Amino acid sequence: MRGNAFEAKVKADGGTELMRLLSERLSGQSPPPASGEVLVPDLSAAGPEGRTARTALALREATEARAWALLDHPLLALEVAGSPAYLEPDAVVVRPDGRWTVVEIKSFPMIDGSADAAKVGAAARQAAVYVLALERVALHTAGAEVADRVLLVCPKDFSNLPAASVVDVRKQLSVTRRQLARLTRIEDIAAGLPEGTTFDLGHCSGEELTAAVESVAAAYAPECLSACELAFHCRHRARAEGAVETLGRGVRGELGGLTTVGAVLAAAHGGAGDPADPTVSALRRAAALRAEALAAAGASGAPADGAVDGSGPAVSAIGSANEAVTCR
Amino acid sequence: MSLISTLARLEAVESGRARPLATVRHRRISDEPLVLVPLTTAGEAGAPLGALVGTDRDAPRLLTVAQPRDRDLRFAFLGELAEAVLPYLDTYAEVIEPAERNETDPETGKRVKVEVELCVDAPQLIVPSRPGIDFVRLLGRSMRFRRTAEDDPDTPYPAPPRVPLLGRWLTHYGERARVPGSSLLLAATDLLNRHWATGQSSLEDQHLGALLAWIDPPEGVSGAEAALRAELDRDRGGQLRCPPAGPATDPAFDNRLLAPAIEGYDRARQALAAAEDGPGAEEQLARLSAAERDIRELLAGVMRPTWDAVWHGLDLLRALPEGERVADRWTRDRWSFTGHRDRVRAGEPPQPRLDDAVTAAQKLASRETAQAQLEAQEALDDPLVFAGRRLSGEAFLSEVTEVVMAYSESKRPSPRPLVTVRTDDRPHLEAGTKVFRSLDGKPQSAEFVRSSAEDADDNDADGVLVLRLTDRMGRGKEPAPGSVPEKGDRIAWTLFEHDQRGGPKLPDPEETPWTHGGPPGADDATPPHARAEAHAPDPVTEEDFL
Amino acid sequence: MTDTTASSPATSGPATGRAAFDPGAAAARATDAILRDTLHGTHRGVVVDSPPGAGKSTLVVRAARELAAAGRPLMVVAQTNAQVDDLVARLAEKDPELPVGRLHSNDPDPYDKALDALPNVRKSAKAADLAGLDVVISTAAKWAHVQGVEPWRHAIVDEAYQMRSDALLAVAGLFERALFVGDPGQLDPFSVVGADQWAGLSYDPSASAVSTLLAHNPELPQHRLPVSWRLPASAAPLVSDAFYPYTPFRSGTGHGDRGLTFGVPSDGSGPDRVLDEAAASGWGLLELPARRTPRTDPEAVRAVALVVRRMLDRGGAATSERSPGPVPVTADRIAVGTAHRDQAAAVRAALAELGVSGVAVDTANRLQGREFDVTVVLHPLSGRPDATAFHLETGRLCVLASRHRHACVVVCRAGVAELLDEHPSTEPVRLGVTVKFPDGWEANHSVLARLSEHRVSWQP
Repeated sequence: MRGNAFEAKVKADGGTELMRLLSERLSGQSPPPASGEVLVPDLSAAGPEGRTARTALALREATEARAWALLDHPLLALEVAGSPAYLEPDAVVVRPDGRWTVVEIKSFPMIDGSADAAKVGAAARQAAVYVLALERVALHTAGAEVADRVLLVCPKDFSNLPAASVVDVRKQLSVTRRQLARLTRIEDIAAGLPEGTTFDLGHCSGEELTAAVESVAAAYAPECLSACELAFHCRHRARAEGAVETLGRGVRGELGGLTTVGAVLAAAHGGAGDPADPTVSALRRAAALRAEALAAAGASGAPADGAVDGSGPAVSAIGSANEAVTCR
Repeated sequence: MSLISTLARLEAVESGRARPLATVRHRRISDEPLVLVPLTTAGEAGAPLGALVGTDRDAPRLLTVAQPRDRDLRFAFLGELAEAVLPYLDTYAEVIEPAERNETDPETGKRVKVEVELCVDAPQLIVPSRPGIDFVRLLGRSMRFRRTAEDDPDTPYPAPPRVPLLGRWLTHYGERARVPGSSLLLAATDLLNRHWATGQSSLEDQHLGALLAWIDPPEGVSGAEAALRAELDRDRGGQLRCPPAGPATDPAFDNRLLAPAIEGYDRARQALAAAEDGPGAEEQLARLSAAERDIRELLAGVMRPTWDAVWHGLDLLRALPEGERVADRWTRDRWSFTGHRDRVRAGEPPQPRLDDAVTAAQKLASRETAQAQLEAQEALDDPLVFAGRRLSGEAFLSEVTEVVMAYSESKRPSPRPLVTVRTDDRPHLEAGTKVFRSLDGKPQSAEFVRSSAEDADDNDADGVLVLRLTDRMGRGKEPAPGSVPEKGDRIAWTLFEHDQRGGPKLPDPEETPWTHGGPPGADDATPPHARAEAHAPDPVTEEDFL
Repeated sequence: MTDTTASSPATSGPATGRAAFDPGAAAARATDAILRDTLHGTHRGVVVDSPPGAGKSTLVVRAARELAAAGRPLMVVAQTNAQVDDLVARLAEKDPELPVGRLHSNDPDPYDKALDALPNVRKSAKAADLAGLDVVISTAAKWAHVQGVEPWRHAIVDEAYQMRSDALLAVAGLFERALFVGDPGQLDPFSVVGADQWAGLSYDPSASAVSTLLAHNPELPQHRLPVSWRLPASAAPLVSDAFYPYTPFRSGTGHGDRGLTFGVPSDGSGPDRVLDEAAASGWGLLELPARRTPRTDPEAVRAVALVVRRMLDRGGAATSERSPGPVPVTADRIAVGTAHRDQAAAVRAALAELGVSGVAVDTANRLQGREFDVTVVLHPLSGRPDATAFHLETGRLCVLASRHRHACVVVCRAGVAELLDEHPSTEPVRLGVTVKFPDGWEANHSVLARLSEHRVSWQP
């Protein structure tokens, strides 16, 4: 809600404030256009094809007119994995020199000139896709050029005044180009599924849907938890399989070809594995050093181990006193 | 992650309970910490919603903001927070001991010892999670530039009296929390994760409830199962039984419980305003109070489990004996607290929004020193940490098999005995590599001479090392008693130094060189208004969120 | 980039392939412009970007001698003691009469004993003892402790891209003006503690010295050495495209100028076939079957050692512009590069088992700045189950792929492209930080795609 209000405020009055920010950050000395000088074309049309065509037309017209234009929520198309995808940037600004600039308006704050780097990174990757899609349109527009720097607009400090920063997305562009070129086509993915698999919520039961999801391989990692609604499902499966990835991608680094918790522990404790394998010998050494240190500490009465067995007097007493209040 | 910690996680998966990552406690837990459990408002980018705060686990002080968009209510909250926190800080500021500090005499330029005050103990702030620390910083940033009516009678929205001061303290604590090994401001999750490995990922370990479940599950339940419940279990109303530790709230709570309660509050307020002084005013006032009470109860309900969890975590940590060198690091925290106390008392302005070049470089250098020191001290205090360094070839345990007296080749020969040791470890040694052992709490150094593999058959000589002791044997020709190891001694050597030297002296900020923009404010890139505004309040608008 | 490169044909990039391109002339023009700005310019600083093997050390030695000859004593700042000793030796070799001071630390063995044989090199741990000498050289760390001396009018800062901003802050008061030289494509400086709070500030103490310098002094002349004399014509385009996409350079030699031959024909094994491929094309990718392995993958380590052994056994000989006839590629002209120290140790052990000695085996960090005829690289992502930021770091791969004069053989497990696809680049972006090109993920893909044109699989 705050985000929408902020975006509306930034674009209000024919984009006066937005143009001021853009000029300040990208145009150097030249003054921003007066409010009447900026075209704000109507981009409404029927269906996504209609809207993308309307957007392309507006871009061409503004470029030919050598005018300032603000395209509010244009619609762009880009082929992804062999299928068209529609993309809707917050805004695209056309400048009289024919340069098109993507504008991303976000609701996270910019405090003293800096912002959450993970969020800015995500915004940059998002904007790079818009730039790629715009480049397709620019190919067919004489005199047009898509800027590889985008304008990021965020609330300033603790207010809802806008602050802007230029983000160079050349890196994200080169990465996205290669990713798009390497994506497996959707038809090829579908061809690999068992015959008759469907994820159509409207036409299958809960069990059918579960079975369909089960039939697809998943590469679970804990990062999925913050990004995907199916993550708990995949985590459950990965845990049941004893996959070491459930503990984080990083743990795999030193485990070589061992992929399950059981296999690693068996190798570490001498139950399995070839001692000539560096992974196995490193694990055994680590396990021995760890056991030695814990034994040394245990002998001196350190309660750390007790805490884990639940038998250490100090900790179990605390545990019983508090377990009721930890969670309702 | 080291292989030893990875193994600990895997063992935790197998046993269903957390496994130790430490055998001693590596951070100070104060006898009377101040716990702060803050909440923020969803969609309002950090606007405070409520907090539990205090030093008495049975009687937290509840602070709430019934309508987070209302500046007056937010200011009232911040004012109450200041009244809850500052008196706690003040009690520590008064108890002092005399101490000495090295200072540069401004006239002679020489290093001289100066008598100063050092606070005997420092106040400690504990928040539930790492985002809690970020929120402390955000609060500090937003409050320290505020103006009170006393500061400036014309300020449009005067802040309650002690709010700017609290902002400066929270800023100081937030900065100090970035110094490795500091204990002034700690997150309960970080503390627990330092000492135990769970059978889940470090991302999931950020959930305080799940983390505690792995370490100390309820009777008869495995840690894995208890953690899963803590993450996912909901009551009939769809509310999490173990609410997130904040400061962000659960969307189901926001949408189903909080939003209607705030709407109710807004309606009651409008009704009260409409009633003015009319006959219904008293009744409307009662309704408003009831609506506010509802919100307070809701917030208390979602914060209390976190509050209790933080104290539960502190209990678990207190059961571990404190590492020997923790007190040394705590002394640095006391200096840090005392230093800021003195700056406030001297009437210095609030910390600037951005560090200047010299300050930034100084902070980075001191944090790098603190990091190296922390790593060395933890390894020396804790055999389990030491084991990790042995595994990585940075330390070794050895038994002395022979000591041969030798002397340096100078005019006044000093003792340089050759010590032959046997080890099963595989340290990364090259000729001349320095190694250290702890002798009466002070480091004694030696250098690696050779591995005696050359003069014996391979199998037998594997792990036989010759070291030359190079210091701490006194000034005489014969080494001081007890300063040279004897045959049969078991000695832990490290390849890393035990103490850290500070970095080079940096120029004064006024002498910042041209490569770094010259003295602060002199850079042409800094517009004049920005220079004047270094300590100026933030511009205020109708729709601020903090 | 200003005058030098703007007027040089090199800016049009290696793709133009104009017959008129004269590398010697282009490099000479660049050097002249740099020396003109350094000796006669009005700016306090001059920045020179030098891609791998473009003659950075030669430039530093020449600039130091010309400044000294003009009666302008100078200090030189390098980053490691080895770099300092190397520069001292080079200066003394070029100009044995030049009075040079080697300022060193108080540690035992603070400098290379070889310097003791140089009559005009004075060594001391105190800057005051070296006052008045034409050139005084030391590390940034040692210079930072020098106080109470008269500032030098001139300084040369070597490997400036590997120097941290805070290290420059500590020494910049010692000189009035400086020439900054370095390779922007190599490993960045780093900090063991978080420095995010200063990201985007012009003087971020953890950033490189050059980025701070240019942020505050954008008007300084920036030059670029346009020609790599080390990298052969086969290697320059790959390295330039992958690691210097916006500042391309070319090889100083043409395709026919370098050659690698063997006295003993191939025995048909993987190592021999990849050596033949590398001799013919400059690159070879020896691909082992896909497998997740520990860091010290025994098969890959042994494959690396075997390639080196066969290189020596087959009597490799290099032809180049340096000598009229073929020169044997001996062990000291070969290097093995790895990402991790334990990998280097494992390769050393494997080489010792095969009876090979004298080959430099080290990590990318330690190979920075060095040059060999042939390099064998254990790919940083070979056999890895994950691709971390460390393994994707552009500078690491750049160092490993740009140490050779003739050929580079990369040993790698199959499946790295798929591994990269599973770890898409999701780098955080900090506002105000100048973007360093290229992206590690993209550079890895780019290099891999080019290497796969020279793929030889382990099993025939």
